[in-house]
Amino acid sequence: MADVDSDLVAYQHPLMRQYWARLDSRFPQVAEVFEEMMAEALLVIDRPDLDAYLDAAGFLGKLGRGVEPILVFLEEWPSVVAAMGKEGHIVLPRVMDFVKAMQKSPNGKAIAPFLQTLAAVARRLQSAEQLQHYLDIARDLMTRTTGSIHGHHTTFPSPGLPQLFEQAPRLLELLSIGGLKNWVEYGIRNYSHHPERQEEYFGLRLADSRAVLQRERRGTLFADVERQLSLYLRALWRDDDQLVPYSTAFDELRKPVPYYDRLGLRVPDVFEDSGAIAGIDRYRAVLAHMVGHRRWSTPQIADNWSPFQRMAVEFFEDCRVETLLIREFPGLRRIFRALHPKPVEDACDPETTSCLRHRLAMFSRACLDPDHGYRDADLNEFVRRFHALLADGPASTAEIAGLALAYVARTRRQSDQLPKVRFEDTVIDYRDDNRHLWTFIEDSDDEDFFDDPNKQLAKESEIVGLPPRHYHEWDYATQTFRPDWASVYEALHPSGNSADIDKLLLKHAALAKQLKRLLDLLKPQDKVRIRYQEEGSELDLDVALRALIDFKGGATPDPRINMSHRTDGRDIAVLLLVDLSESLKQKLGAGEAAQTILELSQEAVSLLAWAIDRLGDPLAIAGFHSNTRHEVRYQHIKGFSERWDDTVKARVAAMEAGWSTRMGAALRHAGHYLGARKADKRILLLLTDGEPADIDVTDPQHLRADTKKAVEELDAQGIATFCLSLDPGADEYVREIFGNRFRVLDRIERLPEQLPMLYLSLTK
Amino acid sequence: MSDYCILEEPFYQPQGREVGLYEAAYAARLPVMVKGPTGCGKSRFVEYMAWKLGKPLITVACNEDMTASDLVGRYLLEANGTRWLDGPLTTAARIGAICYLDEIVEARQDTTVVIHPLTDHRRTLPLDKKGELVQAHPDFQLVISYNPGYQSLMKDLKQSTKQRFTAFDFDYPAPELETTILAKETGLAEGTAAKLVKVGQAGRNLKGHGLDEGISTRLLVYAATLIKRGVDARDACRMALVRPITDDADIRATLDHAIDSTFV
Ligand SMILES: Nc1ncnc2c1ncn2[C@@H]1O[C@H](COP(=O)(O)OP(=O)(O)O)[C@@H](O)[C@H]1O
Ligand SMILES: [Mg+2]
Repeated sequence: MADVDSDLVAYQHPLMRQYWARLDSRFPQVAEVFEEMMAEALLVIDRPDLDAYLDAAGFLGKLGRGVEPILVFLEEWPSVVAAMGKEGHIVLPRVMDFVKAMQKSPNGKAIAPFLQTLAAVARRLQSAEQLQHYLDIARDLMTRTTGSIHGHHTTFPSPGLPQLFEQAPRLLELLSIGGLKNWVEYGIRNYSHHPERQEEYFGLRLADSRAVLQRERRGTLFADVERQLSLYLRALWRDDDQLVPYSTAFDELRKPVPYYDRLGLRVPDVFEDSGAIAGIDRYRAVLAHMVGHRRWSTPQIADNWSPFQRMAVEFFEDCRVETLLIREFPGLRRIFRALHPKPVEDACDPETTSCLRHRLAMFSRACLDPDHGYRDADLNEFVRRFHALLADGPASTAEIAGLALAYVARTRRQSDQLPKVRFEDTVIDYRDDNRHLWTFIEDSDDEDFFDDPNKQLAKESEIVGLPPRHYHEWDYATQTFRPDWASVYEALHPSGNSADIDKLLLKHAALAKQLKRLLDLLKPQDKVRIRYQEEGSELDLDVALRALIDFKGGATPDPRINMSHRTDGRDIAVLLLVDLSESLKQKLGAGEAAQTILELSQEAVSLLAWAIDRLGDPLAIAGFHSNTRHEVRYQHIKGFSERWDDTVKARVAAMEAGWSTRMGAALRHAGHYLGARKADKRILLLLTDGEPADIDVTDPQHLRADTKKAVEELDAQGIATFCLSLDPGADEYVREIFGNRFRVLDRIERLPEQLPMLYLSLTK
Repeated sequence: MSDYCILEEPFYQPQGREVGLYEAAYAARLPVMVKGPTGCGKSRFVEYMAWKLGKPLITVACNEDMTASDLVGRYLLEANGTRWLDGPLTTAARIGAICYLDEIVEARQDTTVVIHPLTDHRRTLPLDKKGELVQAHPDFQLVISYNPGYQSLMKDLKQSTKQRFTAFDFDYPAPELETTILAKETGLAEGTAAKLVKVGQAGRNLKGHGLDEGISTRLLVYAATLIKRGVDARDACRMALVRPITDDADIRATLDHAIDSTFV
């Protein structure tokens, strides 16, 4: 073994030597780049998963297919893991399974193309579940197109498979995973017996395959319109909840229905056009409908009513909120009406079928569409009563429920109980599942989750440090200050491992590159020329000539013919104050990919500090939280004169969340430091995920008013305060406190990118 | 001097008690700052007050290139020597006009400090180059407008400047009031005016989420004027309310949808 290999791989580091040994590869091409690739892999792959990664790579090197599979894998896999977040390790065995299946079949040649585009595919699909669908689709194509040509045995590889892999990133730009499935299915069904044609189909070189692609992409992908939908919610409805897509392609039995819960508004991942209504408008209809419930519906107690009665209440309530929505924006009627089925009056036979759903859907149609043309007397009477109830106000869920129950009673039939129900034309697919409309007295899950949040920080709070500083607090009720009310303890933030922060920064390498470009534009260019000066340090020749010509020509010359230089005026001191309250522990996203707000804040703070360090503005960073007015903690993370170095990074790495948010006291204390700086501009940047609050204060207005006061005090000192809020509900109070100087981040995931961008735009 | 007088009553719809309060400030010759977003009626208000008080009004639109001389005055070179020419601020101080410095933050801070001596009890304006100290006419008053909505922290008034003014906080009028303004200003029917206001609100909801400023009353007036002249309401809205304020395709699509949902 002590031959060529050891020369090639004289790795310095014992760990690297160990990795190389585990990889067990003899390819010199691999040895050349191994160290570099490992460095990249170490950034995203967790230590416990490393062996599996190296084993997989080693396996790929021994397939007898040359160096390509192993090289491609080493190159691409870290990106796959990055795209999958923490689901990376789940995906590896599934991918390797599929590789083995290809190797066993005559399709081994497709392994490299498969690995080649896997990272791009993963980036588009984003979850292990979706990626599994992709593997299933590919496997299906493989088994159904391998070797069956002209009845031969499995000796021919699938002509379409490598093509599919090559085109996959492009296809997924255009199609949902469901659309991809249909497109592949079409290709298999029509071209499984024509190898050349099949190859052309999957290579997108056949008119047919492009046409099917076009057809499949008729849908509007959520991923493509997400921003527009958030803007829609905000502009028309002043709502700013999260939008969360669910997959529609694989739940054949029970099509999922829109709904909303604590985590946001749930909508399908794709909407096809429906007649004249474009996919985007279907999304808008879904959102508007849910907004209507959020505005006007109140939960009802379900236990008292039968399932039929509940169904009727839901139909009636849906109609009520839509009527109110149309009042706000009349154009919605056209969209709702186009999407609402039009049940035919006599289509349901009450002798054999339960027709209640059918009757309710007719009623619903009639509420929306004055030209419904239904003759049924009861229906017409109830539609009239419905409009009368809403004539001079929004009415209420309870009132409409009363009407719904009366309608059920009036139109009741024995056959409503029949097991055969007419569903046709009764499903209104832009409506949500109304889960919000019901509460159940039984099985209340109002568990008391209270476990003492102070416990874990109790140790820390025993830190002995400087004596506290006392600050006043504004009492809006009496319009006076409570003197020496809040005690602020300051301390140096504990340190962790600075390498963790470097790892975070590497993750944002692309963003850093982009920032770097912006920073270079902003960087003080030592001298700035100021033109059009009456008095200046030198003559501005262009302007002077122009003035002379004017003068000679008898016109009045512009006397501002000088220019002067000024060393750039970028004289800014900034203090970043970070909210470290308990709520930062909240997780965003689902499953293992979830990140806490704290983690995102660490990334954002690091990027900002890095950026400002390059720019040269003095920056201080501090964190704060509180446990009643007797204990406001203010922790120094970076001082104005410290560089962005390992010491500081180590402190950022150790940031922890706990306790409450007594903002006013922290702001005043930060102002105490910032006020001592001599700079033209002094900026206090506050990063928070919520409103001021503390456990010894019950009136939410109190700390809001105090914080507002603190901001005013800072303003009077010449310190500009700017708040970046991560609280989607912040619109309610943030303007009141910070005036115009705030921004609410709609998508918290984008904090790392947004914080530095915000700073740059604020100081441009 | 009559050059600067406002002869016809400008239409102004009060939003609150600002007219009476302004009269009180003027009676005491206190400097006034009118704060608010662009196109919300600040200039119209000042114009109206000048008319109501029967005083001349001199308006200066401030900009970045403006120097102190542009306000105070300068020597002009002429074929046979030089001649001093008063700037608008000096003229106003001499004749007893209301001097309105519109969008004052646009001017550089070293320019704005020349107004300081006019704002305290001395009410004087030194013309350094000319060697003259102008004592302001008893009717003279200084008014500035200021848009605090700028998100750049670099453009702000110095605290020492702010501290010299009494201030009015303006904002876009409440929906009913804004509807009245549109109807009275352009003669458009109230119903249509109310719809325009609805679209305006949608735009304002996006402030800070892709739009720096919402849709101003001024733009709503433009749209109303176009509609009044027979332009289709949707076209008028797109042209006057959406296209001017953004090139962001998603925001355009959203506002276009708001227009189509409002005008059916
Ligand atoms: N209160 C008001 N009364 C009458 N017209 C108003 C009022 N507010 C706004 N406007 C209309 O809006 C337009 C823009 O207002 P303007 O005063 O120029 O805004 P700015 O705040 O930028 O100075 C005016 O020309 C006028 O048509
Ligand atoms: Mg519903």
